[in-house]
Amino acid sequence: MSRIFPLLVLAFFLSVPLWLTDQYYLHTLVVCGIFMLAAMSLNLLLGYTGQLSLGHVAFFGIGAYVSALTSLGFNVSIFGYQITHEPWPPVIGVVLGGAAAGLCGYLIGKLAFRVRGAYFVIVTVSFAEVTRLIALNWIELTNGPLALPGIPPLTLGFEPIGYATLWSKGANYYVVLTFIVITYIIIKRLIDSPYGRAMIALRENEILATSVGISVTRYLVLAAVFAGTIAGVSGTLYAHYIQIIDPMIFMFLNTVTMVIMVITGGKGTLAGPVVGGLIFGVAPVILRNYVGPEVQWILYGALMILIVFVLPEGIVPAIERWFSRATAKSAELAMEPGKGARS
Amino acid sequence: MDQFLQHLANALIMGGTYALLGIGLTLIFGIMRIVNFTHGELYAFGAYMMYFFAVVLGMNFYVAIAFAICAGMVLGAAIEYLLLRSKRGADIDTTMLIMIGAWIVLQNTEILIWGSVAKSINSPFPIEPLTLGPVSLSSVRVFVLIVALALIAATYVLINRTKLGKAMRATFQDSSTAALMGINTSAIYTTTFGLGSALAAAAGALLGPVFVVAPAMGDLASLKAFAIVILGGLGNITGAAFGGFILAFAEEMGASYISSGYRDAMGFLIIIIVLLFRPTGLFARSERVG
Repeated sequence: MSRIFPLLVLAFFLSVPLWLTDQYYLHTLVVCGIFMLAAMSLNLLLGYTGQLSLGHVAFFGIGAYVSALTSLGFNVSIFGYQITHEPWPPVIGVVLGGAAAGLCGYLIGKLAFRVRGAYFVIVTVSFAEVTRLIALNWIELTNGPLALPGIPPLTLGFEPIGYATLWSKGANYYVVLTFIVITYIIIKRLIDSPYGRAMIALRENEILATSVGISVTRYLVLAAVFAGTIAGVSGTLYAHYIQIIDPMIFMFLNTVTMVIMVITGGKGTLAGPVVGGLIFGVAPVILRNYVGPEVQWILYGALMILIVFVLPEGIVPAIERWFSRATAKSAELAMEPGKGARS
Repeated sequence: MDQFLQHLANALIMGGTYALLGIGLTLIFGIMRIVNFTHGELYAFGAYMMYFFAVVLGMNFYVAIAFAICAGMVLGAAIEYLLLRSKRGADIDTTMLIMIGAWIVLQNTEILIWGSVAKSINSPFPIEPLTLGPVSLSSVRVFVLIVALALIAATYVLINRTKLGKAMRATFQDSSTAALMGINTSAIYTTTFGLGSALAAAAGALLGPVFVVAPAMGDLASLKAFAIVILGGLGNITGAAFGGFILAFAEEMGASYISSGYRDAMGFLIIIIVLLFRPTGLFARSERVG
């Protein structure tokens, strides 16, 4: 059962573009998938190492900007030196965007894990705000509030087969889905490895973990690098899909969206960000028919408080517990000879 | 030099309100260990209440300020009572998520009620600036600085000279021992949150007539308040007061000598630099960080 279920889910999502002809809904799903990817990476820090990183949108935005600039080219002068970059293919942009965000993850991990708890949160928020202000003010490079338009969509292919540019929503849907599946597998492998167990040990009891020789900084930096890279890649996908980015991408509310996705779904579970991501990716589409964006955000905020009070572990662990209790009960019934036979 | 003096005067005036914001947060953050993301929203709330009392209801300017501060205190105490009281002793992440949720609700309620267009409040002060040698200042700003300094002094006296202040300091040092000494720590927490929120609302009510009132004004205010608290050291009121002036000075200098776009970046740079090199704050007491 537990092996077939993910495959069934995957098969369902593979079939979506075949029957969902409404382009708007497909678009919603693509954007939802991109944020889900970012939420999965946030879950590494928030869920598995227990570090509340509230600057996650910085990685996302850095990935988006690096990839956009790589594929658009730029011409800036730094300290009198003129630096000109000719446009490169978007695929290279994705790699560089992920790498740049991963590098930032390394630096932030190295620097910020010197301070923990509340101070870590404040450092990460500050980092994201600084990146936002740079994107807003370095007009020569980023075009500032006027946005970077005309980012080319991804082009995939190899020399003998030929190239395909991903203009359609369906094609982008499959690319995002592929990235989600790959990321899911990477995170699963990481969590099941000794590295992942070390991270969880640090979350559960840092003093005990350190006493058995687990290096705090090493594992937390590792998690930050992974999280940064994945968030950066999701940012690059966003840039090439939406084809225009502006400094609003660094808004704190985008981080809040990712945090809500993770805690609603269940932090520290593999499926949590996926479930939370689906809920909060699709909910705005349904809600927008009834209420304005402010009411929508009020509902999000209220839900966030409600979840902390009512369902602190999130949806996925709650369902799992309910499911295991249900199966345990039916197994119990089967064990008792009289009742089991009759039913 | 003249220009520098003018910048210094501007920084002094902004610093007063920054100090109010910072002191409010250092009380909450220091005593309750709550990363209070609603702090900036209370600042915006103060400004909106000022708009409501002074413009919508047409009250006297000074009475409206007092009412706005009281409204901030009530809202702060209500947030503490409704959302945090049952989560006492919960880990820092839990309360932080609650505060982020509350912040989003508050901000969007403001947009819902007042709209996203900025509002302006007229002050009863003359528009002609006061001139003092090379420095010229609008009289409403001088008024803001005087009120801010008075409130800072009042808070200082409250914390250091009254019985309530003593109870608050005791709770800050060791809440369980304070409880054993017969201090109602639960009431202290609500009072502290109300007091801190009142100071944030005061900053908003004072700056509302100087600038404009807009829903997004709270976002940066929260983060700036964190910068001030970190600069001054956790729970250190004198530190927060100086921290407010230092931040205002850094912003003013950054805006005029580097680029006006990076004015708001100064606070974040201060946060990052201070936490990395002197995590106990510039005005250190023996408080461990992290």
